[in-house]
Amino acid sequence: MSGFTGTMRLVRLALRRDRITLPAWILGMAVFLAATTAMFADQYAKHPQLLEPDTRIVVENPGMRVLGLVTGTSVGGYTLHRDALTLAVLAALMSVLAVVRHTRQAEELGREEMLGAGVVGRYASLAAAVIVALAANVVLAVLLALGMVVAGQPAAGSLVAGASIALVGVAFTGVAAVTSQLASTTRGATGMAGGVLGVAFLLAALGNMLGTVDSAALRVTSAWPAWLSPIGWGQQMRPFADDLWWPLGLAVVVMASLFWLAVVLVGRRDVGRGMWPERRGAAHASPGLLSPAGLVWRLQRGTLLGWAIGLLGFGLVFGALSDQIQGLEGEATEWYATFGGDADLLGAYWASMMQIAGTAVAIYAVTLLLRLHHDEAQGTLESVLGTAVSRVRWLGAYAVNALAGAMLLILVFAVAMGITGGQVLGGTASLLRDLVGAALVQLPAIGVLGATVIALVMLLPRWSVGLSWALVVFTVFAGPMFGPSLGLPTWLLDLSPFTHVPNAPAVAISAEPILGLGLVFVLLAAAGVILLRRRNLSLPA
Amino acid sequence: MKTAITVSGLVKDFGARTRALDHLDLRVGTGEVHGFLGPNGAGKTTTIRVLLGLLRADAGSVALLGGDPWHDAVALHRRLAYVPGEVNLWPNLTGGEVIDLLGDLRGGLDSDRREELLERFQLDPTKKIRAYSKGNRQKVALVAAFSSDVELYLLDEPTSGLDPLMEAVFQDVVQELRAAGRSILLSSHILSEVEALCDRVTIIRAGRAAETGTFDELRHLTRTSVVVDTAKPVESVTLWPGVHDARVHDGHAEFSVDPGELNHVLERLVDLEVRSMITSPPTLEELFIRHYGEDIAVVPAPDADTEVVTAR
Repeated sequence: MSGFTGTMRLVRLALRRDRITLPAWILGMAVFLAATTAMFADQYAKHPQLLEPDTRIVVENPGMRVLGLVTGTSVGGYTLHRDALTLAVLAALMSVLAVVRHTRQAEELGREEMLGAGVVGRYASLAAAVIVALAANVVLAVLLALGMVVAGQPAAGSLVAGASIALVGVAFTGVAAVTSQLASTTRGATGMAGGVLGVAFLLAALGNMLGTVDSAALRVTSAWPAWLSPIGWGQQMRPFADDLWWPLGLAVVVMASLFWLAVVLVGRRDVGRGMWPERRGAAHASPGLLSPAGLVWRLQRGTLLGWAIGLLGFGLVFGALSDQIQGLEGEATEWYATFGGDADLLGAYWASMMQIAGTAVAIYAVTLLLRLHHDEAQGTLESVLGTAVSRVRWLGAYAVNALAGAMLLILVFAVAMGITGGQVLGGTASLLRDLVGAALVQLPAIGVLGATVIALVMLLPRWSVGLSWALVVFTVFAGPMFGPSLGLPTWLLDLSPFTHVPNAPAVAISAEPILGLGLVFVLLAAAGVILLRRRNLSLPA
Repeated sequence: MKTAITVSGLVKDFGARTRALDHLDLRVGTGEVHGFLGPNGAGKTTTIRVLLGLLRADAGSVALLGGDPWHDAVALHRRLAYVPGEVNLWPNLTGGEVIDLLGDLRGGLDSDRREELLERFQLDPTKKIRAYSKGNRQKVALVAAFSSDVELYLLDEPTSGLDPLMEAVFQDVVQELRAAGRSILLSSHILSEVEALCDRVTIIRAGRAAETGTFDELRHLTRTSVVVDTAKPVESVTLWPGVHDARVHDGHAEFSVDPGELNHVLERLVDLEVRSMITSPPTLEELFIRHYGEDIAVVPAPDADTEVVTAR
């Protein structure tokens, strides 16, 4: 097995490089789970009679089943329903980023070439990356379990819970091992794995929404799509109820198969290249490319297309589910009711879906705007500003693309939801009009988040990426989706721009919050421009 | 003489501890090819980034084509072309697209000139940037810069990835631009290139201009190398004033001589009956080694217009 020579050395190198990154991911997730578990444990210790009806809500309500499954009444299970999807996505991202970092990124940056010239086997980097990611997931499982045990949950169920999250990370370790071979760039490998994650989420959500509820309304039997998704497998371990371990085997088998596939692919390709040969391109630039905005458009149009397809899919699915919402009764309506008057349950449902889509689109805008920093740190900005392009025009190119892209995405979602929603309920035209309005009022909040990212990139370029993502996480959790359920104080909720978005179409759109958000947007954007004009660029040496 | 670039007393700090430029002076005349020489980390790239308005000067004055590069960046950039030292471009665009893009953002390029340069640099414009080697990425930046007809070219170590054949092409192009009256600031640590191309040169060390002048002027500061065979024993050469680094073996000696002592040394050698003798003018390499290999005291330059600044 000389192809694996040097693997353990590379494992040590990878652990050294990741000695802060991976512990930060794992600890962050464990602390988040421990804190929310403690919160719910406290809540249901005071009001034990609420646990059963609350569980029924999340079992009976198809929208809530998007987040995950609850089986029977238990504080641990209820908590996990709230947290599992977030944690599963984070575990998958942690694993994907780790594997790509030590395989494709090392190749792209030329490090692999130096390592490969040493006494290092052809498959050693891949094997080391997978070993490190798997080890991280084992530690994650244990610490997540520990977090729940500390918050007073039974040990057996907590271990299953930890494993059900880490399972997703294990499966995506395999996914990233393969995408790192297929794509020839870091962005490509990460993006492809992210696409698989999106599909996995959609399948699990669909399977759960189409599932059947038992007579006690405390258990959902998922439909078959859930079984095609690692996220679904984790949920089928049903922690704090059935405590099944065998779905973990599915993830391990899939991971092992994908690792084997990746090894085969490594054996067939050249270092530094992907599976597909580099295609030739145009010898001349098309006129559309010849401006800063055209350049940014060209660089991100593929990403935008991917997002548009994703939001189109979600829109069609959520629209088609509208008629099920109408049939909801009693307590099941509560979550949606936070988005508007309980008189209009459907409106509240649409408003909540629009909030979710608005958050997703905000994440798209943030990823695009963070390229401002990458331009600067990776040095492509030097060539652009060496020409007759002003700093502000460069910034404007990104701002225009972010705004136009965000508008396009949210409208795609709204129209898709309106089309299928209109089909099941009738009245497509007026529904479309309502939903387009509800989509557009998301833009000021997205703009505020985007302008904050711009200001951060201009003020603290080195820290801007981490701070921006921390800000995104904060605004989502302090926003209307989670903030009220998490019992956060009002002043904290008010800091999230999403809190101020009118809950259209459930309630009428009013001008004040739009104008307020618009004003904050203008102030932050102006601060970004002023900072940009005054400071040195932090170009690579 | 009209000047394209005038820098005086330029100071640039990165944080409290790092002084990248320490009262740098630099003057590039209009129509001049000016060499900007220094070892890695001396401050060449930082200087050029200040000249482009990408970095802000902490002290001193900077004038570029008669304007202030910080405030008039866009207007000035229409009149200049820049080739960065580290060519970072967009991996998923083709070389041809990048050339068109950068040219257009500068205010347009001459498409006949573009085709001619692609031909001369033997660059395939249909390949993606990520598929190019370092040298080919550098060619992309060079073609993009030279396709624009501008007054000033700022070239930051433009040939560090080029092979000798392409280096020759580069030198031809620069000679043509010089003949056409363009101003060029050429930063480099490749000495033969600077020697072949530049009218004047500024040597930068630790953020300061160590010396400025033509090559003839700078050679006054250096010693001449002598290799000599004599009929009579030559051992006493080690004791002669102005002789350094002497190695003597019977009637054979190798040493270097201070410029002012050359005549005296020749007179003494004649007495020893010279059989063969090779003298070589100091190369820029020696100039460098003298500057960066040891601390030197100020040597007063015989020519009045040679600026000499003490190397620390």
